[in-house]
Amino acid sequence: MINRISAITYNTFREAVRDRVLYNLIFFAILIIGAALLLGQITIDIERIFLINMGLTAISIFGVVIAIFIGIGLVSKEIEKKTLYAILSRPVRRWEFIIGKVFGLVMTLVVNTFFMGIAFFAALLLLSYYRFQHGDGLLLIAIYFIILQFIMMTSLAILFSSFSSPILSAVLSFALYIVGSFAQDLRGMAAMTHGGLGWLLKSVAYLVPNFASLNVITSVSHGQAISGAVFAHNTLYALLYSIALVAGAVLIFERRNFK
Amino acid sequence: MNPRRKITVIFVIVLLASFATSAWQTEALQKLRPTASLEETLYITSPQALRRFSIGYSGLLADIYWTRAVQYFGAKHVTGARQFSLLGPLLNITTALDPHLIVAYEFGSTFLAQKPPGGAGQPDQAIALVEQGIRENPTASHLYVDLAFIYYFEKNDYDSAAKAMEEGSKIPGSHPFMKIVAASLFQRGNDQQNARLLWRSILQTTNDKMTQENALKHLRALQVDAEVPELEKIAGIFRQRTGKQPTNFKELVQAGLLPGIPLDPIGNPYRLMPDGRVEVEDYFALPFIKKGLPPGQELSIFDFSGSKETAKKPDSSKAPNP
Repeated sequence: MINRISAITYNTFREAVRDRVLYNLIFFAILIIGAALLLGQITIDIERIFLINMGLTAISIFGVVIAIFIGIGLVSKEIEKKTLYAILSRPVRRWEFIIGKVFGLVMTLVVNTFFMGIAFFAALLLLSYYRFQHGDGLLLIAIYFIILQFIMMTSLAILFSSFSSPILSAVLSFALYIVGSFAQDLRGMAAMTHGGLGWLLKSVAYLVPNFASLNVITSVSHGQAISGAVFAHNTLYALLYSIALVAGAVLIFERRNFK
Repeated sequence: MNPRRKITVIFVIVLLASFATSAWQTEALQKLRPTASLEETLYITSPQALRRFSIGYSGLLADIYWTRAVQYFGAKHVTGARQFSLLGPLLNITTALDPHLIVAYEFGSTFLAQKPPGGAGQPDQAIALVEQGIRENPTASHLYVDLAFIYYFEKNDYDSAAKAMEEGSKIPGSHPFMKIVAASLFQRGNDQQNARLLWRSILQTTNDKMTQENALKHLRALQVDAEVPELEKIAGIFRQRTGKQPTNFKELVQAGLLPGIPLDPIGNPYRLMPDGRVEVEDYFALPFIKKGLPPGQELSIFDFSGSKETAKKPDSSKAPNP
């Protein structure tokens, strides 16, 4: 089982890194990080804050875009090219296929984040006269939370890709990303509403992915520490939520008729 | 040349020529419509709406709005504008998006408080901004210094300045200088020494180089404003004793009224004019001074070393010997 999943993971990773869109997006993210160094010169006293906000936002947004645009094609492309039949005719179970795909894309995103992270820290070192400052370690936590975000987005994209067309998957994934950014507002609205509507809002608030709690970019830009409890809870939440989404994708994919 | 290469060359030329022509057109349009940029418009004025639109990236949006506020203030300031209608809303949006962006409260309150053309001339709005900053950042003792500053220099409210400084001095980690300044303000109210203490407290409590430079310039200006009347008084004493106007400071030194030729804070000798007034040698290098200027000469509150057309360089051929 592990060999089969590893084979699909590795092949997914190899296919993803061949996609030219990936390199363009990484290039633009690095360009934006570089631009942040210049833009910081036309403001007062926020060069470092601006670079951190801009750099981490670029990594986050471009990573989400990569997760969506590669994720939505993971299953549908195999169906279109009819390679899925060849894969499933081997002793590869459908759930192994889905999990391999998820792992492959997550690996791709981690590698992308690594390269974008190098560019980001290089820019930061340039700004700080080649010296790390107190609070730079917190940036690694922010990047870790961004990777957790990517894992959730990948799982979302795979879920939608398992039953719908690429365009609809992209729209739904993007819409849930936006709604997930307002998850805390939804919870607030649910708390103020009573009766059936209150229950509905509360259910929706728990169902949508809570990206707001994973976004600590503004806090780390001011050097505010992230507690161990937040770190642990965010990690558990992201992994459990992603497992739920992938389980849903597996359930749909197992029952899908490809004839 | 084969046909494919020919087409490539032709279209490269067309591309470059079209781009160059369009760039020239942009220049021409810029000359015809220089103010087409709608700089006085804020399309979204609600900080809450902007927070929603930021989809979690409110820190970055706050930085962008802060940059916009800085550029807006700078552009208005160099033209000597007296209206800064968007400054308050831009600062409100910035601090609502990121309540911990301390620099927006510090510099923003200065931009708002100072009288035109140096600032917007809105000290009450500046006070409200700093008080919001204090609520959001209770450990930022430096904000109390900014608050005291506004009360002292812009509102002439010395009691409130003293209270602000006292409150700030109670914050753990605040600079010990704040207690001294608070005590002095309570004791003496409006006093040149207090003005010096306040600027010195800014110098001591900030790490920002621009702010330190500004504080140093003000301290030098205060020194000149104190020294010039004293020197003019001494020249008056000489006139009373001898019945004639001193022509230079050497005469005052020889008369035992001065220990040596007096120098201004940047090391240039003061100039004793024939009518008994004392002037500084280079008022461009000493912004913010109110005394020691040639008659009819006014400097802007922010003097960028000779950028104002009205300020002329002193004519060294007319200067008396020090």
